[in-house]
Amino acid sequence: MTWQPVVGLEIHVQLKTRTKMFCRCANGFGGGENTQTCPVCLALPGALPVPNRIALEWTLKLGLALGCEIPKRAVFARKNYFYPDSPKGYQISQYDLPSCVNGRMLVPSSAGDHEVGIVRAHLEEDAAKTVHVGGRTGRIGGAEHSLVDFNRVGTPLVEIVTGPDIHSSEDARRFLQLLRQTIVELGISDAEMEKGTLRVDANVSVRPAGSAELRTRCELKNMNSFRFVAQGIDAEVARQIAVYEAGGEVVQETYDFDASSGALTARRSKEEADDYRYFPEPDLVPVEPPAELVERLRGELPELPSVRIRRLERELDLDRALVLVTGGLDRLYEATVAAGAEPLPVANLIANRLATSAGDAVDASQLALLVGARDRIPRAVLDDALSHIDEPGFEAAPYLAQEAVSDTGELEPVIARIIDANPGQVAAYRGGKEGLLGFFVGQVLKETGGKANARVVSELVRERLGA
Amino acid sequence: MAITREEVLHVAKLARLELSGDEVERLTLELGAILEAVGKVAELDLDDVPPTSHPLELVNAWREDEPYDSLGLDAVFANAPQREDDLFRVPPTT
Amino acid sequence: MGVSSVSSVVDTLRLTAEEAAGLVERKEVTGAELHRAYLDAAAERDPELHCYLRLVDEPNGDGVPVALKDVISTHGIETTAGSKILAGYVPQFDSTVAARCKAAGLPIIGKTNTDEFAMGSSTENSAYGPTRNPWDPERVPGGSGGGSAAAVSAGLAPWALGSDTGGSIKQPSALCGNVGLRPTYGTVSRYGIVAFASSLDQVGPVAKNVRDCALLYSLIAGRDERDSTTVELPEPVRLPEGEDLSGLRIGVPKELNEAEGIEPGVTTAVQNAIELARSLGAEVGECELPRSVEYGLACYYLIAPAEASSNLARYDGVRYGLRVDGESYREMVERTRDVGFGDEPKRRIMLGTYALSAGYFDAFYGQAQKVRTVIAREHAAAFERFDVLVSPTSPTVAFKLGEKAANPLAMYLSDLLTIPSCMAGLPGLNVPCGLSEGLPVGLQLIGPQFSENTLFRTGHALEQAIGFDPVPERLR
Ligand SMILES: [Zn+2]
Repeated sequence: MTWQPVVGLEIHVQLKTRTKMFCRCANGFGGGENTQTCPVCLALPGALPVPNRIALEWTLKLGLALGCEIPKRAVFARKNYFYPDSPKGYQISQYDLPSCVNGRMLVPSSAGDHEVGIVRAHLEEDAAKTVHVGGRTGRIGGAEHSLVDFNRVGTPLVEIVTGPDIHSSEDARRFLQLLRQTIVELGISDAEMEKGTLRVDANVSVRPAGSAELRTRCELKNMNSFRFVAQGIDAEVARQIAVYEAGGEVVQETYDFDASSGALTARRSKEEADDYRYFPEPDLVPVEPPAELVERLRGELPELPSVRIRRLERELDLDRALVLVTGGLDRLYEATVAAGAEPLPVANLIANRLATSAGDAVDASQLALLVGARDRIPRAVLDDALSHIDEPGFEAAPYLAQEAVSDTGELEPVIARIIDANPGQVAAYRGGKEGLLGFFVGQVLKETGGKANARVVSELVRERLGA
Repeated sequence: MAITREEVLHVAKLARLELSGDEVERLTLELGAILEAVGKVAELDLDDVPPTSHPLELVNAWREDEPYDSLGLDAVFANAPQREDDLFRVPPTT
Repeated sequence: MGVSSVSSVVDTLRLTAEEAAGLVERKEVTGAELHRAYLDAAAERDPELHCYLRLVDEPNGDGVPVALKDVISTHGIETTAGSKILAGYVPQFDSTVAARCKAAGLPIIGKTNTDEFAMGSSTENSAYGPTRNPWDPERVPGGSGGGSAAAVSAGLAPWALGSDTGGSIKQPSALCGNVGLRPTYGTVSRYGIVAFASSLDQVGPVAKNVRDCALLYSLIAGRDERDSTTVELPEPVRLPEGEDLSGLRIGVPKELNEAEGIEPGVTTAVQNAIELARSLGAEVGECELPRSVEYGLACYYLIAPAEASSNLARYDGVRYGLRVDGESYREMVERTRDVGFGDEPKRRIMLGTYALSAGYFDAFYGQAQKVRTVIAREHAAAFERFDVLVSPTSPTVAFKLGEKAANPLAMYLSDLLTIPSCMAGLPGLNVPCGLSEGLPVGLQLIGPQFSENTLFRTGHALEQAIGFDPVPERLR
């Protein structure tokens, strides 16, 4: 039997507002332990939450970017649970009436756009950070005590819940890349998994291909990169298939992903089932976003990454379009093409040679000049130019003045020397390993200090070896 | 409406109250009596009545995203039962 | 302790806050002397009454001192909410009402006793021992704000702040014979008030007369950016002056005035007050609040404990307050809460946790929220015909210590008449209207939201007409 993975994702995004969600303590890393805390953060008796307007607006903005409906009324609730990271004994979170519902994100794929439903996006507050200390193993189980830092508590957190619409680890990765890029472009979060400003949990089940049923799912946690998310999903899908094929049943469970081993570890089940006793937070009043506000936010949305990928795909392939857009480099690409450069070389050069961070600082007209001259100027000069291109006031002109060596008479002796020195590679090439052409070209460029015209060298080598 | 001893124990766990044996007995009786009295609300047919969670019809009470000064470590730990460096210390969370 | 010279010119039993302010303004007495006079009175009478959990020796302002119920956070002054779990807890910030008192130049004279976490109707649930009624120390002062009410009646404070969830200002004022206002929900900030039930808690003044009550209310009321459930007053507070009630429409809700358990002496005093109101020009008519009274108590004892169970979750021994050690975090929390909370908070935490738990939410908490809507609608309908509703505040006069302590349900009935309007967020004023068996009887005046000025006007006119002497007979 063939099996289809069924994956839904829960994504938590820390918003980078200046202040926390319900108090005016500074939000974000930087301060010493417990220095970014106040009566609200510490849940001192009588402290009350007051919501951050910007966090509410950013949540709506994100919801709109994900095609969500904005319900007339959103209500904060209390999710009651005891843990040292929860100073009030409850977390304030939108529950049955979230800010954003029923959206979708189109994920371009080679088989056309793949639609991932956004069930909801809601606003809540982050928990404190608990560190476990002592014990023989240093793991939680053997800890002698725990230490709590309340700096993180109250950081605004948007939780995005997708439908069970993702059917491969690759789709999950692509969805997350696009979602992340959308969030970053909205300017509401740095959305970095390594720093925990973006966190992903995956709900995974499998079903016989062609069936529409939803089987028992397991939750994967603690995957702190997109690659690990994909690895975790693959591992869990394989595990579940093996269980079913051995005639067993999948039991609902939560697994932690261990990055070093790639293994999944089931969490110890709790003494009693979760019962969060949600009820409307009486310290807060409902949010009813005025229509003008929603329209203003909608008007502020940038063109979304998935739309841009589809547009780029008309002149590039999907993979290149994806790399450019999720790398935040597609606007530079388009500007450079608009300045007269050929699309494919521009795409390759940007994707392979420029850092994501450089994108915004580059003058597209100068880049277009370099792309146009890429075969004419020495490789070393091109490299040099690219390493300075994001500096203010960069001019391509001085680099363009340096011609690469295209003179056959000058190049042929060098080529002859290289061929003579590498009889093994020559035989292999002639035996069909045409990929070795690059090796010879590289050797020639090295020999000439990067001054040779690579295209001319390539033609000459092919001629010589083909003989 | 009666509440069983097991339910009392379950609720005490949810509420993180370590009750003594006597307390469990007493609370089972007391809560049974109180629940019977408050269970009266079920007599009313209120299917069409919206719930009230708030006495005032307020919406959209929010604040600007402007920071204030946090407490300062002396105040943060002024009442702390156990402090280790600048962290709150608690028994292990096993 | 001896009686100072100031005490001989200042009769703290009779001096109103307004008069005291006049003395200070005319420099006949300094603020410090005034403060000392009340401390002296406390030294004399508080050992018996136990109104205060702690006194502040040095005044931090030049005005008329004010006593604050111990659920009100005061920077640098221990605030326990009458609970062992907060023993030794010293707030590092001021509640908004404390800050507003200070800003108005009112020094805090002390923190008054309260039922633990304001849960109770007799102040017997304080972990620090009960307060006694100045009219008869064998009797309770009411609760939960028995400390504030008794302090004002016994001349240990010119005025005080209390907090009211289901009657904790109005009922003790009734039992102690003074004036207490439970303001419209949202007009006084809850920031820094140790929370009991957030959708019901309101801070309000307790005073010797209606004008003082209005004055203190004017100092603390108004929107607070730290409490998002507060609003600005739609009109400024007016200190009442007039003595007639012409044009005022007074409704007498049948169920609130004929409820089972109202003592005959209470009914008589309230009837007399209603007749006086008529003679002052008010139109008086009967009205009904059938479901509000029949289901109000049940509704309250679901919603308030549910919110309380969540509000009291923060007392976990991690950041402040009592900690009883354990092998694990969980054990520590369970022991701390077992040792730290008294019987009544435990009962309500259990009840509220149960009402919110899976499988019971709809039948209990959800249904109670709908009953709340019904109660609000019934009151709104009554206010289409009337400006003010009247009833007894408490069905009984002050009862004996220990009389109801063993029976929670009997104790809960003390708030039968105050609870319905609290559920609807309405303001209520207690005005003494006479004595029964030598003990004060309170008249409850209820108005629509934000009708405090109407309540003050009504209460003031009646107060003048009734001529109640607020000084307990045994202290005269
Ligand atoms: Zn804070």
